[in-house]
Amino acid sequence: MTCTAWGMYPKIECEKLHFSTKEALRKIIHNKQELIPYGNGRSYGDSALNHNIIEVKPHNYFLGFDEDKGLLHVEAGVLLSEILEHFVPRGWFLKVTPGTKLITVGGAIASDVHGKNHHIAGCFSECIADFNIMSAEGKIIFCSREQTPDLFKATCGGMGLTGVILDARIYLKKINSKYIDQTTIKTKNLKETFAAFESYKDKPYSVAWIDCLAKGDERGRCLLMVGDFRDDGKLDYKIKKQKSIPFNFPGFALNNWTVRAFNWLYYGKARKGVSHQKVDIDTFFYPLDAIDHWNQIYGKKGFTQYQFILPRETSYEGLEEILTTISKSGKGSFLAVLKLYGKANENWLSFPMEGYSLALDFKMEKGLFSLLDKLDEIVVRNHGRIYLTKDVNVSKETFEKGYPHIETFRQYRKKNKMDEKFQSLQSKRVGI
Amino acid sequence: MSYVLIVGAKSDIAKATAREYAKNGYDLYLAGRNISELENLANDIRVRTQKEVELLELDILEYESHHSFYEQLEEKPLGVISAVGYLGDQEKAQSDFSEARKIMDTNYTGVVSLFNIIADDFAKRGSGFIVGISSVAGDRGRKSNYLYGSAKAGLTAYLSGLRNRLYDARVQVLTVKPGFVATRMTENMDLPEKLTAQPEAVAEDIYSAQQKGKNVVYTKWFWKYIMMIIKIIPEWKFKRMSI
Ligand SMILES: Cc1cc2nc3c(=O)[nH]c(=O)nc-3n(C[C@H](O)[C@H](O)[C@H](O)COP(=O)(O)OP(=O)(O)OC[C@H]3O[C@@H](n4cnc5c(N)ncnc54)[C@H](O)[C@@H]3O)c2cc1C
Ligand SMILES: NC(=O)c1ccc[n+]([C@@H]2O[C@H](COP(=O)([O-])OP(=O)(O)OC[C@H]3O[C@@H](n4cnc5c(N)ncnc54)[C@H](OP(=O)(O)O)[C@@H]3O)[C@@H](O)[C@H]2O)c1
Repeated sequence: MTCTAWGMYPKIECEKLHFSTKEALRKIIHNKQELIPYGNGRSYGDSALNHNIIEVKPHNYFLGFDEDKGLLHVEAGVLLSEILEHFVPRGWFLKVTPGTKLITVGGAIASDVHGKNHHIAGCFSECIADFNIMSAEGKIIFCSREQTPDLFKATCGGMGLTGVILDARIYLKKINSKYIDQTTIKTKNLKETFAAFESYKDKPYSVAWIDCLAKGDERGRCLLMVGDFRDDGKLDYKIKKQKSIPFNFPGFALNNWTVRAFNWLYYGKARKGVSHQKVDIDTFFYPLDAIDHWNQIYGKKGFTQYQFILPRETSYEGLEEILTTISKSGKGSFLAVLKLYGKANENWLSFPMEGYSLALDFKMEKGLFSLLDKLDEIVVRNHGRIYLTKDVNVSKETFEKGYPHIETFRQYRKKNKMDEKFQSLQSKRVGI
Repeated sequence: MSYVLIVGAKSDIAKATAREYAKNGYDLYLAGRNISELENLANDIRVRTQKEVELLELDILEYESHHSFYEQLEEKPLGVISAVGYLGDQEKAQSDFSEARKIMDTNYTGVVSLFNIIADDFAKRGSGFIVGISSVAGDRGRKSNYLYGSAKAGLTAYLSGLRNRLYDARVQVLTVKPGFVATRMTENMDLPEKLTAQPEAVAEDIYSAQQKGKNVVYTKWFWKYIMMIIKIIPEWKFKRMSI
């Protein structure tokens, strides 16, 4: 079997291991070396890849719901989309959701994902009451912030390297509409963009699409979109059928010019200055989910998403330098997403910290990794870090500099023999 | 009336179909052997949809029990869906008649026994739907699985006759013909990825065809055309082929 994740790079030979019972999973863990749990493969690079992958997605039973507390108990293979499908009509939404709903709850915990409300609500771990995880020794451990704080801090953001998450209890948030009042702010340059983020930081949801190819005075221009749920009682949410792209687009479809045209179109679409829209959950939170397997537009060779974050103090200069480097390289991105984040949490490998994060796509081509190395260097120099769940290239040195708790994480893994069982291509590359 | 009865409910296609019907507002009777194994699924569906789910023990080969099985349902179902099936071991069945018989009885005789009873009730009532999962294997006998195929061919013909009989009573009869589906039945087979459907996709097709009042549905849809071609190959040619 070939295995790959969302970036379709790398593609490797692997064995997909299915388990029907906990006993069967225990045997798999006992018998095999170098395993890694696999959710829905929406990580971009090699975090979920190794020669043995454990398929968790088929384990998708809902286990219980406490209406009074808004506490939902599900198996780790349940997709966020399944939660929305059944719970939005009943007036519940995820407290934290990333930009796609097609990820598993296990994957959401393992990457400690975040969304447009990070500056207000933090990471996915904030909504977790507790979970069960199967350890390297095949034991099922009940994990919560209070009872097993180290395991909690290691597992949330721990990229599947502490065990297989089996089920979790998560808090949902009450909503009274499937619509969001959105304000779109069009800015002319990076300075305006930063000012806009600051002045709208009380809005619960915010994210910006930035035009990476703009040069000179226009560098850093963006569309900032902020919003909050309406209160109109309209909750008749249905999952829409995805449109599909029927074939692997040839790689050349995404050359510099098409990217530029796309950026211009999107950027050109919004009216000048500030405008208001009423949009639904899928348009606001999950625009990319509208098209099934849009990752194929980058062609057979695949692509990667480069996402880094810089502390507030160095964000402005750092971003300027990075945007300049990218636009000089002529390698551009379909999507570049900029966001102001809130404070870091205590989890050892969680990505977010207070500052600005940029995420952009690059199709796989010659010279890409040396460009990424160059960007890494700027990120490190500005005391930033790289998001593991997107990464496919970062070096051990760059990675370590960004994550101050890495030694604690390593020691914890060693002490609990996790490093003898759970490894991904990524964990081997960055030595964790 | 709000219940749909699904027999052979432990099948992967049936489980996905159960979720599909509950999602669309139906309560469920799920019937099969050792049905308590479905306790977790029943709970899953209740948590997801707040619909009622009842589990009922049923062996399709115990024909004598079928009457009392149907009698016990206090609220009669709106419709019934059978996913009962047994692929069996073709080679073994060629020399061991008990295997051949199990294939025939599970796929054909047992389903007929139960559907006869339900059809009478629906006919009297003048409403309802009956969905039988047959197979593309019933469209033409092939050396690799003609015992299974012939039993499914029997089921297809039975459903066609039943549809004809119940037309005036306004009871819908739907024949479902899946191609390859990734389920427990096929887990050890090396199926071509592009032609193999997931149970969830099959369940959506079943639900949508039933709601639209269709008679026959191939799932995935392209099997209609694949089988069209396989059916027009002349017998003198077909007998020499290995497909
Ligand atoms: C279009 C798009 C938009 C995105 N937007 C965002 C965003 O806004 N914010 C954000 O934070 N992320 C975002 N992501 C990334 C995505 O949310 C994460 O990569 C997520 O972890 C993917 O979950 P998955 O179920 O697909 O897991 P996979 O990709 O299969 O695995 C990801 C990691 O989780 C581990 N894992 C999976 N299941 C388990 C389990 N049961 N037990 C233990 N470990 C497990 C794997 O080992 C691996 O390390 C986006 C991705 C896409 C494709
Ligand atoms: N998978 C495919 O590629 C494919 C293709 C075409 C058609 N089909 C048909 O689709 C239907 C569903 O099959 P599936 O693929 O989901 O496979 P499956 O999981 O093997 O389902 C078959 C079901 O029939 C039940 N069954 C067998 N004998 C029974 C008996 N005596 N009494 C009660 N129940 C009995 C089984 O119950 P137990 O769990 O108790 O064994 C099982 O739940 C079948 O009719 C099959 O022939 C499947």
